[in-house]
Amino acid sequence: MNAPNKSGWKPGTPVEGDNSGSGPETVTGNRALMLEEPLIFEIGSTETTGVDFEFAGRLDLAGVTQPATPTPAKDVPSRLGTMARHGTIGLPGLTEPETVRHYTRLSRQNYAIDLGLFPLGSCTMKHNPRLNEKVARMPGFADVHPLQPVDTVRGALEVINELAFWLLKLTGMHGVAMSPKAGAHGELCGILCIRAALEARGDARKVILVPESAHGTNPATAAFAGYEVEDIPATAEGRVDLEALKARLGPDVAGVMITNPNTCGLFERDMKAISDAVHEAGGFVYCDGANFNAIVGKVRPGDLGVDAMHINLHKTFSTPHGGGGPGSGPVVLSEALAPYGPLPFTARTGDGVVHLVEEENAAEFDHTRAFGRMTAFHGQMGMFTRALTYILSHGADGLKQVAEDAVLNANYILRSLDDVLDAPFGPSGPCMHEALFSDKGFGEGMSTLDLAKGLIDEGFHPMTMYFPLVVHGAMLVEPTETESKAGLDQFITALRSVAERAKAGDESLKAAPYYAPRRRLDETLAARKPVLAWKEPSPPGGPSAPSEVGGR
Amino acid sequence: MRYLPLTDADRSAMLETIGASDIDALFADVPEEARLNGPIEGLPMHASEMAVERHMRRLGQKNLAAADAAFFLGAGAYRHHVPASVDHIIQRGEFLTAYTPYQPEIAQGTLQMLFEFQSQVARLYGCVVANASMYDGSTACWEAISMAGRVTKKRRALLSRGLHPHYVNVVETMAKFTGDEIASDWPRLEAQYDEDALIAQMSDDLSCVVVQYPDILGRLPNLQKIADAAHEKGALLIVVNTEPVALGAIEAPGNLGADIVVGEGQAIGVGLQFGGPFLGLFAVTNEKHVRQMPGRLCGETVDAEGKRGFVLTLSTREQHIRREKATSNICTNSGLCALAFSVHMTLLGEKGLRALAAENHRLACIAADRLAQVPGVAVLNETFFNEFTVRLGQDARAVVRRLADDGVLAGVSLGRLYPTREELADGLVVAVTETTSEEDIETLARALEEALA
Repeated sequence: MNAPNKSGWKPGTPVEGDNSGSGPETVTGNRALMLEEPLIFEIGSTETTGVDFEFAGRLDLAGVTQPATPTPAKDVPSRLGTMARHGTIGLPGLTEPETVRHYTRLSRQNYAIDLGLFPLGSCTMKHNPRLNEKVARMPGFADVHPLQPVDTVRGALEVINELAFWLLKLTGMHGVAMSPKAGAHGELCGILCIRAALEARGDARKVILVPESAHGTNPATAAFAGYEVEDIPATAEGRVDLEALKARLGPDVAGVMITNPNTCGLFERDMKAISDAVHEAGGFVYCDGANFNAIVGKVRPGDLGVDAMHINLHKTFSTPHGGGGPGSGPVVLSEALAPYGPLPFTARTGDGVVHLVEEENAAEFDHTRAFGRMTAFHGQMGMFTRALTYILSHGADGLKQVAEDAVLNANYILRSLDDVLDAPFGPSGPCMHEALFSDKGFGEGMSTLDLAKGLIDEGFHPMTMYFPLVVHGAMLVEPTETESKAGLDQFITALRSVAERAKAGDESLKAAPYYAPRRRLDETLAARKPVLAWKEPSPPGGPSAPSEVGGR
Repeated sequence: MRYLPLTDADRSAMLETIGASDIDALFADVPEEARLNGPIEGLPMHASEMAVERHMRRLGQKNLAAADAAFFLGAGAYRHHVPASVDHIIQRGEFLTAYTPYQPEIAQGTLQMLFEFQSQVARLYGCVVANASMYDGSTACWEAISMAGRVTKKRRALLSRGLHPHYVNVVETMAKFTGDEIASDWPRLEAQYDEDALIAQMSDDLSCVVVQYPDILGRLPNLQKIADAAHEKGALLIVVNTEPVALGAIEAPGNLGADIVVGEGQAIGVGLQFGGPFLGLFAVTNEKHVRQMPGRLCGETVDAEGKRGFVLTLSTREQHIRREKATSNICTNSGLCALAFSVHMTLLGEKGLRALAAENHRLACIAADRLAQVPGVAVLNETFFNEFTVRLGQDARAVVRRLADDGVLAGVSLGRLYPTREELADGLVVAVTETTSEEDIETLARALEEALA
């Protein structure tokens, strides 16, 4: 059989003029350790399973024959009524060795923080300590049900409460809503607290002000919560324009959403004055805490007049990003907003017992004005255990060092590269935890995208591209504190080289990456003719044997 | 501080390159009066790996783990056996420590996995397209209602009596702020789900009807009948499923007239984890609705050499492009939980899923029959999959607490779920999975016998 797998799938036919490497084509499409992998639908079968069952009831579910069993199980009549499932579902199975191999091969097509520096600005890709993983898997945390009687889960409640205590101490705030599931969910929680507080005083307001440099989630959240969104102008040095903001404030403005440190990597020097002005005008201050890692242990948002701020546990407190989540977004609240925080939460009473406060006992804890519930159950427990483990490992002194090293590393990158890359806010002074560059000075036709793809060939994940929107061809570099100086120097050398190529108009960058598992992917095709689920191929001229397909 | 590679010598050298006198110079933009000069008071300093592990283990030991009890809890979170290879794969650093696949050339592992995941979910649900995940079932439920509003241009949703009360709370919380109108009701203790009562509430102004299947009491509503009635009124049918293993035994909602199917995927691959992180599933049966979907979508394409590859696509729906006009504010979702689900589902395959579902149902039937023999216990359900409701003739919540003291986690009392509904107080929802042994069932039956005597 000359097909690389039973479906005959091959990655594709290389085009003429392929300059991706030397040597002959391989029959499999593999290139030594660069291994191609078909879809489970192409290699699995509905008759294969990688799980053995000890049982085998002879229950007839829609005529599906159950496997024979050495010890006959008790036969019982079905209670599915008329709802039994008929027909094939079409779910392919693999045996265990095939499954492990499939996903291991796929994993090797990913870049990851474990492999190298991952400087995505605003995303905070820092090392994920494995102790956190070990703790989260302790049976007392991993194998408990959210609705067990509270007396059987006091330890879980203590974890939530202990983490909440740290978050309050580190931010200097009054209360914390632990249940939001991710950063954007936390934003929503904070904005709903603001809305609930305003409605409670009979003061319906319509507008939330958001700077243009904000994360896209900010305006989306405000709109999701029923607000109109207006821009806050920025100064030439990349900060909120305090005077312009003051001029816009008024009885229709519910609040502002400010990211601090902001997405240009700068600390909002006027934060306290902004808060005072917003409060003066009867509004509230939401702070996007995505960048809290730059200031943890150095500044408390509570001292800057913030009313609500979400904390991405998957950024500042190093719970793994997992290829896109799960995250966790607790929201710290000021005294003015804390009464409106959602249920459930935990509270420790004088006797040392930690309670779960839900709808039924909220009154006992003097929390009758909660705006509601944001999710089933109690939030991201698996992230709480990891984050608390991380926090306890660092302690108050270590967390302060985290912020200092993150800021030091970013400034080191900024000043090591600002001779070759344009740093639009470089003259404004030091940056915080991320360094911002633009595409100014690139050769004709060269873009930030080209530079990013060139960086891939050098073995690095690119920085955040084209964000924030206020800088042309933005490149936002966040090294984090878990990089060594030697690692930073390697990255700087690589980025310098690619930047010089971009400035020189090196056309070869336009086709980068050359050495990644895939060349540039056609995103236009993906959007124009969306293929979002696997479908059985229907070969022209009737079915053909898979090996024939593979033999082409 | 074991997670920080810089040495003091490095720090000095770097400050010199930067041209800063000391670290505080880099924090010069922080107003003096707000700057903290030492570690925050009243907090412990850094600790060794051994010390932290000891502290956390001590907290963990204060909980009664499901494996150490006769365990019968469900109601939206289910305990199933997760094969060891699932946890191995999700702990591979290339998956665990990767970011959202924004650079597809070096994220094909995550992207292909998401494409496979979307395809598996679509098939399980009987839908054409599923997204790359939401936070959990409850938030997916609200997002579905929000989407139905965009599709139908109507703002009133009818929630079935059998919808999980936390899901109802989440929906009502959100609707309070968006101005959507929500009609909801609590479940009645009837042997069979009352489709006619739901249909009687339907009117022309509905954007959608939301039905949980199996419902909070474990019953199996006749979806096709509800779908037909909803469609007649111009409303979409949203079906919520909190136990995906059930769909190895009962018909897929997408094959019974559902327009949007959402649910909780935790039961496959993810584990209980005290309620989170979980895995929101979201799928549609009509391709025309795809552009109104929330969340990320992964799609197939080719690279510059013509090789098949995958990318995140149709992003013009999403917040990072559309900002305040996006279909949702969701950004980070449940990527790693989606991987766990997908690996577990691949290990099962259709054959394994069918067998798993059959075993769950068989054991649940055995449990229902055994509990029915306990004096004072009445089994409510005519139909169920792996979860059913019993009535104890007294406050079930108190009984659950008493049994917990003896290491029997008897189920979720309706008093816990509906604390203000006295008429439901004697109800207990009992879930049985392949992890439940016949010995556990006997233990529960005897414990109830004793408690009710």
